[in-house]
Amino acid sequence: MTVFRQTLGPTTYTFGHLVELMAKASPRRSGDELAGCAAETDAERAAAQWALADVPLDLFLTELLVPAETDDVTRLVLEQHDAAAYRQISHLTVGGLRDWLLDTVTRDDAADRLAGIRWALTPEMVAAVSKLMRNQDLVTVARAVQVTTAFRTTVGLPGRLSTRLQPNHPTDDPRGITAATLDGLLLGAGDAVIGINPATDSPQAVSDLLHLLDDVRQRYEIPTQSCVLTHVTTSIGLIEAGAPVDLVFQSIAGTQGANEGFGVTIDLLREANEAARSLRRGTVGDNVMYLETGQGSVLSADAHLGTEGRPVDQQTLEARAYAVARDLDPFLINTVVGFIGPEYLYDGKQVVRAGLEDHFCAKLLGLQMGADVCYTNHTEADQDDMDVLLTLLAAARVGFVICVPGADDVMLGYQSLGFHDALYARDLFGTRPAPEFEEWLTRCGLMSESGRVLPVDPSTSVLRTLGAGA
Amino acid sequence: MSDDDFWAALRRTTQSRIGLGRAGDTMALGDVLAFRAAHAQARDAVHVPVDVDALVADLESRGLGTPLLVASKVADRGEYLRRPDLGRQPRDLEHLPRDTGADIGIVLADGLSGQALTDHAPALVAALVERLTPRYSLAPLVVATNARVALGDHVGAHLGVETLLVLVGERPGLSVPSSLGIYLTHHPRPGRRDSERNCVSNVHPPDGLDHAHAARIVDALVAGARDLGESGVRLKDTSRSLDAAADGPAALS
Repeated sequence: MTVFRQTLGPTTYTFGHLVELMAKASPRRSGDELAGCAAETDAERAAAQWALADVPLDLFLTELLVPAETDDVTRLVLEQHDAAAYRQISHLTVGGLRDWLLDTVTRDDAADRLAGIRWALTPEMVAAVSKLMRNQDLVTVARAVQVTTAFRTTVGLPGRLSTRLQPNHPTDDPRGITAATLDGLLLGAGDAVIGINPATDSPQAVSDLLHLLDDVRQRYEIPTQSCVLTHVTTSIGLIEAGAPVDLVFQSIAGTQGANEGFGVTIDLLREANEAARSLRRGTVGDNVMYLETGQGSVLSADAHLGTEGRPVDQQTLEARAYAVARDLDPFLINTVVGFIGPEYLYDGKQVVRAGLEDHFCAKLLGLQMGADVCYTNHTEADQDDMDVLLTLLAAARVGFVICVPGADDVMLGYQSLGFHDALYARDLFGTRPAPEFEEWLTRCGLMSESGRVLPVDPSTSVLRTLGAGA
Repeated sequence: MSDDDFWAALRRTTQSRIGLGRAGDTMALGDVLAFRAAHAQARDAVHVPVDVDALVADLESRGLGTPLLVASKVADRGEYLRRPDLGRQPRDLEHLPRDTGADIGIVLADGLSGQALTDHAPALVAALVERLTPRYSLAPLVVATNARVALGDHVGAHLGVETLLVLVGERPGLSVPSSLGIYLTHHPRPGRRDSERNCVSNVHPPDGLDHAHAARIVDALVAGARDLGESGVRLKDTSRSLDAAADGPAALS
């Protein structure tokens, strides 16, 4: 086991293991303090980052942060590692990788070069380099990575920003869900997915919601996909029962124990992926999984201890979840960054940083990473912080963001983005919805040729009958 | 029909902020200010401790008995937010009866909304008692303060109940200041994972789930857990398909 030392002025700091060095090098956040692995002082954090910069990437292949014998995510990480592609960067340290990435983004073939190291990198390497990077570095590198996925729409194309329309309702009332769906469609949302968090996991209730959304999609010929965010076992059962399942949802995390806490295994996720693909419901692509992750979920499940029983920092654990995700070639994945609570990300500053880290790490590993730009009422954050994170993520060419009516989710009791916020981001960067969906919006008279969502009278719009059932 | 009339009809179906006015591409100022006011109130609500006296008096007045009180290891609301680990551990259980052998235990936990407990727990407990007894025996009620769901595992194990229900105050939202969640854990014991529980959320009539309907779902989950010998992801809520669907979930008159 390597011991790391770094002298800063009169003090020499010692870090007993790579697990400890990674945690101490992490930007400050409440979750690492709760786990007892955060740097004790700002100086110790700076020293750890200095020491981490000199660590060869090779060390991450031999000094495992979570033991392979007891953790199937670690085994998956090692299986995924492409030794041939790795030769391009195997000579680098973590600091060297940071410079390589920032140099690469200035080249004309940046997207290809970044795609070429996708499987050369492990989540731990990507987490490590992110700890050395400033927010602007996380934005500029993520911006240069291109990831495209498709089902009935294509998400992640240049010049596009997609949205998940989230029409939640506390009792899954079909009229209330329909009304919120209408609100979102009129404001140009829903090209990534129309996705409901159901109030219960009852298979019958989930089936009813799937039929509701699928009927709306077909009646108005909307090129999009629906999802009811229920447990993967419920979705598998509903596929077998013939329900109209477009995308299969599941929350995932970065250790075997945390995934067990979610009631899933890698094999179960693969089974769900195959089951949904076998339905062949996609028209322009066959990515069928929708995954959610978020820093803090592993600690919350008390499954965050790694080698020698040392606590692993939450950002590294989050990056490891992306190994599970990319095994499934998902259509969408998003971090629920501010949702998990102030015990993991205390305030707006920590939420913004974590959102940029998650987006950077997932994209570099080849995922269609979106974000739920959000916060709860017990976190020190507000809409101003959300404006900052949305603006930065849009600058970083995030594939999609989640939107709810007026930014207020009345079922989950938290604030996400509103549909209007997506219009702001699209206007700022000249982006448009997915091409298939944009064509539909234009055809329906909801969007102008220049890409503006028009202020139409809902009672005379093509969607007017959606409001008739209320 | 004007925009206003169109949305007014739809607003009867949801508390969602639908059909907001626009200023350019963004929200009208009135909606922005209303949002800010709601956020301020929701933030304040998180820090208000549960009114235990009022809760106890309400439970007693309904003939539900006097609950036993348990505190977590948390010192105050500020620490409650920062230290979920301490909120999951009881300070002391010695005053609770041991190994009651009861079929069901009920713990009322303040969670993130003490107001949700005082608003909804007494009526929900009454609905549960009506629905579950005398078929099942109940352990004495427990009220837990500065508590998270997993604290119930310690209480349930101490009481020696077969199935534990934790009624917990959910995160206050902007439009929903007091909402209760119900977590069911079969064979409760410290160390149970979240995947070993079932949740019925958003109990807050008239807009959320009503008390009688929530009790009906819990009844089906209890029966299912006893059949299966476990709770969690393998246990599915089948109350909907069992009910004569005449009064489906949308019928919250």
